[in-house]
Amino acid sequence: MWIPNSPGGGYDQTGRAAVGVLDRDNLTGGDIQVTNILGAGGSVAMSRLMSEEGNGNLLMTIGLGVVGSTYSFGVDARPQDATPIAQLIEEQEGVLVPADSPFKTIDDLVKAWRAYPESVVVGGGSSPGGPDHLFPMQLAEAAGIEPKKVKYVTYDGGGPLTSALLGNKIDVGFSGLAEFEGQVEAGELRVLAVSGDERGTGVFADAPTLTESGIDLVFLNWRGVLAPPGISDERRQELIDVLTRMHDSKQWQQALKDNGWTDAFVTGDDFDDFLVEQDQRVASTLKELDLL
Amino acid sequence: MENFQLLLGGLESALTPMNLLYAAIGVLLGTFVGVLPGIGPAMAIALLLPVTYRLEPTSAFIMFAGLYYGGMYGGSTTSILLNTPGESASVMTALEGNRMARAGRGAQALATAAVGSFVAGTIGTILVAFFSPALADVAVELGAPSYFALMVLALVMTTTVLGTSALRGFAALFLGLTIGLVGLDLNTGQPRLTFGVTQLVDRLDIVVVAVGIFALGEALWVAAHLRRKPAHVIPVGRPWLSRDDWGRSWKPWLRGTAFGFPFGALPAGGAEIPTFLSYLTERKLSKRGDFGRGAIEGVAGPEAANNASAAGMFVPMLALGLPVTATAAVMLSALQGYGITPGPQLMTDHADLVWTLLASLLIGNTLLLVLNLPLAPLWARLLRIPRPQLYAGILFFACLGAYATNLDPFDIGLLLAFGLLGLMMRRFGLPVLPLILGVILGPLMETKLREALTISGGDYMTLLSEPLAVVIYVLIALFILGRPFIARLRARAEQSADPDEFEDEKELSKS
Repeated sequence: MWIPNSPGGGYDQTGRAAVGVLDRDNLTGGDIQVTNILGAGGSVAMSRLMSEEGNGNLLMTIGLGVVGSTYSFGVDARPQDATPIAQLIEEQEGVLVPADSPFKTIDDLVKAWRAYPESVVVGGGSSPGGPDHLFPMQLAEAAGIEPKKVKYVTYDGGGPLTSALLGNKIDVGFSGLAEFEGQVEAGELRVLAVSGDERGTGVFADAPTLTESGIDLVFLNWRGVLAPPGISDERRQELIDVLTRMHDSKQWQQALKDNGWTDAFVTGDDFDDFLVEQDQRVASTLKELDLL
Repeated sequence: MENFQLLLGGLESALTPMNLLYAAIGVLLGTFVGVLPGIGPAMAIALLLPVTYRLEPTSAFIMFAGLYYGGMYGGSTTSILLNTPGESASVMTALEGNRMARAGRGAQALATAAVGSFVAGTIGTILVAFFSPALADVAVELGAPSYFALMVLALVMTTTVLGTSALRGFAALFLGLTIGLVGLDLNTGQPRLTFGVTQLVDRLDIVVVAVGIFALGEALWVAAHLRRKPAHVIPVGRPWLSRDDWGRSWKPWLRGTAFGFPFGALPAGGAEIPTFLSYLTERKLSKRGDFGRGAIEGVAGPEAANNASAAGMFVPMLALGLPVTATAAVMLSALQGYGITPGPQLMTDHADLVWTLLASLLIGNTLLLVLNLPLAPLWARLLRIPRPQLYAGILFFACLGAYATNLDPFDIGLLLAFGLLGLMMRRFGLPVLPLILGVILGPLMETKLREALTISGGDYMTLLSEPLAVVIYVLIALFILGRPFIARLRARAEQSADPDEFEDEKELSKS
């Protein structure tokens, strides 16, 4: 199993959790080795996966961030050209503000943002092309703000982003919610809205979805598993079966709960179609921003 | 004194024979991981996670703490003995440490690193225990303008290590800054100086650059002169620190701690800036003039700074639940595995665990010293291997390290390219230190400047908008304006020794 990012990140957690379940129940009949392949937001791993054509003993975790980075790093490797195996999880993104922010609701934010796009500084934990960057851009577009006018600051992950919010260095943060549970519970950060089609659970249950607030946008970060291109159909089906059994295990359901991930198990051709759709959406957002 | 009692309580629950065993395993494993190039503490903890899930949280965290400090210390061993820093934080240690090793003082260099790490780690952990919440509140107030000012200060201070020729020094510095430009522009997504190579898009790994320039450049230089020069046998020195060594080390330890801890506590601080601020300070303060030939202060200071910043990392992690390094991120995800939510309430809701963790940091630190101090003379014997074999070993280690991080042969090519650059720089008498500083500082400075300017909408006055930034600029102004004045005072005192000379240049003028 290849992980296209560093230890401790989202891809790593998902990949290692999956491998943990596979190993414990011995679903593959052998040991699985986990390797982190760093570089260019996952596109180094992506292009290496493409060159492993026909290797039926290799899997790689993939997600929205990797799709985005293949564009921003100019790597010509589309995920649907590899062999899509399964989508595993989804994660909502949230719109976060510090506790003493003048924005009480998502409406306040959108109104101020529309009136003076330059006056609102937004930040996220991913570089251009990543989920935290795509989300505010798509939100701006849905709310009738020119994405090019959005002032976006890149932070090196959730930690530095939170400290920028707590220190009032930026006005709004866009990021996956799981990392912020503690801050929200302590009342230091407020969630104005969540990006999924349903509200979150626990401390996030009070935050409305964007669609509830009259903004027509559903944005979900997702992660799944790819195999290299050119493997046989039988092998593909075997891999899908293995992951299906993993998904149905109690341990995996527990891992979902522990990490605050939403179950979103999609396999085979449906996952294929989903990847094509996501790929196009990323491309069109980046084109809008002249980043392509 | 309530905190003190809590810490004692933590020590009590941490000090069981079983936990001591876990701490010892962690420390040994950590040292091993630190010595091996290419695997950092974050990776090691991630690999351990599946195993530790079956342990109690306390035992698991005691093992992690040992592993973390062990890894921080282990990195200095290869820096000193083989001139191959395993991580960016031990680049500065290699400078004087390797010179000491080659002068037969390897054991002393390792010992001062071990004791310095212990002193800094202990002071740092105690500071974390008593001042975390207060420090964390201050730390989040510092924004990009303050960070930028700190970088400017570091850059101004690099001008003191340019060497005898200012022209060559600046050439090396700007070469370093240019190398630092390679990669994707974070704001516009434009690739810079990547020549269409995907592996270059991510900015160059400072460890590959440093190992290439230091270790490979050195090996090639030695190989090129092997026949013309008589074989230089590394003398076997005393095994322990002398009274003089202690006398020279203790102040740098404390100063290094003072540099390292606050940077570690800052959300975007890191260990690079404090280690080289400490190095530069020691160099400036040194009256002996043996910097560049193996000054013990140059190892003691940066090593203490390195470990103090490693301890400082726990301030944002415990007080705010913020992971500021990869290691902290992995530790926090381990907490989540136990059903504990990291966040500002960690210190109140799970006080027992936090205090046990702090206590285990102290234990891990002590064990590290106990295990490693006797090993220092043994390690130092490694250098008695004959030169051709020793340098072959260094080349092997350097390549393994470059390859192991990403399993990509491209990185070895990159390493060789920087090795050649290092050889050319030695050939033409360019000092290597300014180049390394340029590579480290350039990208950090750029990121912070652009973050500040994006937020302010391009208004440069924002750089003066934070009190700390203003204070630092005043210091810089004093430093620059005060220099001619100090120089005149010095001339009057008729100091003859010139401490700023590089050994490389001397060798060059001899040959």
